[in-house]
Amino acid sequence: MLDVIRGWILGAWLFLLVACSAPPPGNTLHFWVMGREGEAVRALAVEFERRHPDIHVKVQQIPWSAAHEKLLTAFAGDALPDVIQLGNTWIPEFAALDALRPLEGGDTADMFPGLVEGSRVAGRLLALPWYVDTRLLFYRRDILARAGYERPPATWAGWRAAMARIREQAGPDQYALLLPITEWQVPVILSLQAGSGLLRDGAQWGDFRGPAFRRAFGFYLDLFRKGFAPALAEAQMSNLYQDFAQGRFAFYITGPWNIGEFQRRLPPAVWDEWETAPLPGPEGPGLSLAGGSSLAVARSSRRPQAALALIRFLAEPERQVEFHRLTGDLPTRRSAWESPLLRDAPHTGAFREQLGAVTPTPGIPEWERIAAQFAHYSEKAVRGALSEEQALTELDSAVDRILAKRRWLLARSPAGAAP
Amino acid sequence: MSRHALVSPGVGFVAPALILIGVFFFLPVLGALLLSFTDFDIYALGRLDRLRFVGLENYRRLLADPLFWTALRNTVYFVAVGGPLSVLASLGAALLVNHRLVRYPGLFRTLLFLPVVTTLAAVAVVWRYLYHPRHGFLNYALGLLGFAPIDWLGDPRWAMPAIILMAVWKNFGFNMVVFIAGLQSIPRRLYEAAEIDGADGFRQFRHITLPMLAPTFLFVTLVTLIGYFQLFAEPYLMTQGGPAESTLSVALLMFQEGFRWWNLGYAAAVAFVLFLIVLAGAGLESRRRRGRG
Repeated sequence: MLDVIRGWILGAWLFLLVACSAPPPGNTLHFWVMGREGEAVRALAVEFERRHPDIHVKVQQIPWSAAHEKLLTAFAGDALPDVIQLGNTWIPEFAALDALRPLEGGDTADMFPGLVEGSRVAGRLLALPWYVDTRLLFYRRDILARAGYERPPATWAGWRAAMARIREQAGPDQYALLLPITEWQVPVILSLQAGSGLLRDGAQWGDFRGPAFRRAFGFYLDLFRKGFAPALAEAQMSNLYQDFAQGRFAFYITGPWNIGEFQRRLPPAVWDEWETAPLPGPEGPGLSLAGGSSLAVARSSRRPQAALALIRFLAEPERQVEFHRLTGDLPTRRSAWESPLLRDAPHTGAFREQLGAVTPTPGIPEWERIAAQFAHYSEKAVRGALSEEQALTELDSAVDRILAKRRWLLARSPAGAAP
Repeated sequence: MSRHALVSPGVGFVAPALILIGVFFFLPVLGALLLSFTDFDIYALGRLDRLRFVGLENYRRLLADPLFWTALRNTVYFVAVGGPLSVLASLGAALLVNHRLVRYPGLFRTLLFLPVVTTLAAVAVVWRYLYHPRHGFLNYALGLLGFAPIDWLGDPRWAMPAIILMAVWKNFGFNMVVFIAGLQSIPRRLYEAAEIDGADGFRQFRHITLPMLAPTFLFVTLVTLIGYFQLFAEPYLMTQGGPAESTLSVALLMFQEGFRWWNLGYAAAVAFVLFLIVLAGAGLESRRRRGRG
């Protein structure tokens, strides 16, 4: 009798177990997306599930501020999802962890080459570029015209001359440029434009006292020394949109997310007075960074084919255009840029032009830490707490310390144990 | 002594607790100590044969790291200003609530205790509104008094005071309850005797309340000191250590090194240095108090 009851209890328990877990867990794709993109992706996933009725996509939104920690912790705990959104600069880290599955058949044919370059580690494509965040020049057309310029400058010399003219005509609280001194992106862009590789000998040492870097860093510091830009930390720029509307500065280097913000927040009086332009370079139009996000498949995924299908689906030109409509994020495929939605939109043309000249940051896992050091020392140099020479020397030795482990790994197996 | 009792039966009773503490506390602490002598980083996370034993290198690097000294300075600032403020606020609130003229003391006790039991994440959201440079209540109030607005969380000079203010508000309720218990255990007859001798309210406070509260003070200052040295959640939720590293605490530095950059070896070294600092701080404080009492 007791056995019968036991049997019933066991049977009921098994039934509950099966009944509660519908749809079958074997067909669920877990997909981690950061920030606002998560909402848009839910809308796109509906179409994917219609095409693949046997796959259920489960989107998990994680905030950008905690994403990096969460992904690494998930890797350590063997709990990575099937499909991951990765900030482009994180790809080398996850490559060093061997956490990503190479994407065979990931179609990159008409993607901007600078973007694809950053997704390849040791010749293998580890992630598919999803959307771009590249920085370029936002400027006030009327202020530039008043200074005698019909077009935005395309060279460093021209830019400097334009800023000097604007500064001459400006009032006491007006500047030519707004540039937060706490960010590494703009000085890094200027260095890459000047031809510095930032690191040398196979990214084993810092190269911050090389001639190309010195030239770019001098140009950067001059922006503040000559009074073109105020030395403000990002946190001190609470009135960015108001200040831009009032003409407190004529140039601002920022990314596509600010197109929407400018349209929303600027008063109607200046709606027609701002434009975007590719970055000036030392001798002509200059490089910018291939920022943005990519999609990757975790090596631990038990459904790699379905995961790859989802990534390829999201990278289709039509999906990228739809994604742009939902989020304002810029697509990574040239064919997506042919859509009228992007072709005719104001302010995006310059981005398309700039995307032809973008380059990734050095593809090593230490980059984020190097960038943090970079921001630290360049801020000190701008503030005058360190001389230019001291800042570069200390930056070099700080970066050399960060790269010590990498040198050891390369010395141990030069064939490329480290990516 | 029978022949069965080779081991005291008491051992059997404490064994479960000891085993739990051993497995979930002493073993991990030992593991972390060993970790602090290695260069465990993102490379080692991927493949364990990339792990190196580096001896005291992490500690040497830590003491040479300007960021660590910044974090230590910020933490000491927080403890030195926030700690006394927090204790004073608790004592003041306890004296008020415990005063015999106060009606419904239970109600006020509960209301003043509420911040302690509120989730810090929710508190942080509300305080971010209060601190908002343009729409925040604090700047509105300052404006009414004729002061210029303050960018509380954006200005490196004001961010730490803002964190301190919030932490004091969030935490004073707990110590208040401890102080109330201490106050209520002071015999009434001492006050009656003092009154007969003609001592006024202040002298009663100075010569009866404070000395009688000495053990309570010791407990409250120690707990506050230990808790405040481990400042983490407030800056993590409000400022992420910014602006310009002005609210970066030692515990936040440890978290960032460990879980943002995954330098677990280095982060473990930070943890042990923080432990030693707390130990030294608590030891000094308790010796100072005992010496005086």
